[in-house]
Amino acid sequence: MEYIIMIISAVLVSNIVLANFLGICPFLGVSGKITTASGMAGAVLFVMAVASIVTWMIQQYILTPFGLGFLQTIAFILVIAALVQVVEIILKKVSPPLYQALGVFLPLITTNCAILGVALLITQKEYNLIEGTIYAIGNALGFALALIIFAGIREHLELMEVPKGMRGMPIALVVAGILSLAFMGFANLV
Amino acid sequence: MDQMKNFTKGFFKDNPVFVMLLGMCPTLATTSSAINGLGMGIATTFVLTMANIVISLIKNLVPDKVRIPIFIVVVASFVTIVDLVMAGYAPALHAQLGIFIPLIVVNCIVLGRAEAFASRNNVFSSMIDGLGMGLGFAMALTLLGSVREMLGNYSLFGHKFIQTDGILVFILSPGAFIALGFLIALINKVTKKV
Repeated sequence: MEYIIMIISAVLVSNIVLANFLGICPFLGVSGKITTASGMAGAVLFVMAVASIVTWMIQQYILTPFGLGFLQTIAFILVIAALVQVVEIILKKVSPPLYQALGVFLPLITTNCAILGVALLITQKEYNLIEGTIYAIGNALGFALALIIFAGIREHLELMEVPKGMRGMPIALVVAGILSLAFMGFANLV
Repeated sequence: MDQMKNFTKGFFKDNPVFVMLLGMCPTLATTSSAINGLGMGIATTFVLTMANIVISLIKNLVPDKVRIPIFIVVVASFVTIVDLVMAGYAPALHAQLGIFIPLIVVNCIVLGRAEAFASRNNVFSSMIDGLGMGLGFAMALTLLGSVREMLGNYSLFGHKFIQTDGILVFILSPGAFIALGFLIALINKVTKKV
């Protein structure tokens, strides 16, 4: 039950993109079409879950016991960058169809601040391994939800008559603002 | 290259936030007040300038294939310095900015300038470029922070000018998106005359 509440809270109440402002670059960058948006969302879900587990272990078994807490940022970003490369190589060998679907998005994920952000938040909140993994999956689902809804709206937006100065990024940002306003309605859900 | 032009391009022509739309996460997350925006801007300026200097110094020693991980380590080292210094000397601001200080590492502006400029130019131009881009970023963040604080709290840098509650939504997350959207539209209007 506790875990279900955790997922609902991460997806709806404090959505990673619309309330916490993590992962804005892919949110604005690859939200032109629903198909690319879902590909990106899948890749983020996969990497975020794996990265959270690995960084949790590094924090717990290497950084904390040896008193190397100050190296956290450097260690985490290197691990995430390496992990993305490894995931890419493994996927290419093991599951070519999955690689076809997610491959192009993988290199972009290293600089997706949502991955590093969630890894840092898990250490900050002192979750255990299971809680941390559930939290990462919940946040990835929240990212997927926000990204796919936003892509759907933007597909429709292309057919609208938008004032010249507002075309492109400005109107997308205003729409994201309204979407974020809608998500505030979930505020007292949990 | 004309150093003056190199310095000022970050403010208007290639402003990282308003024109190139890079580094959106800290832009939206840390601008709930002018002072937070300025703090984030200064922290990023320091990282950007120092990383540009070091990367342009080591650019000939770094093998091409592993340059990105090496650049990331250089950037992460300076981010750690900023993180520790801020925690020591400005704990209130450090608590406000929270995880967005370590997240300067994945700010696309920093790695973008390292890759596009510092790895191709000499130390002095790289330093000027980093300083200009960083200050342009700081200026954009302070501007957005001021707008949100003025509308959301009727105050500027903490000085209240109307003694009532403001339009709260501008301080909350939706206001960040909406305010930035309209600011970019306004800047498009002024610069491109659409």
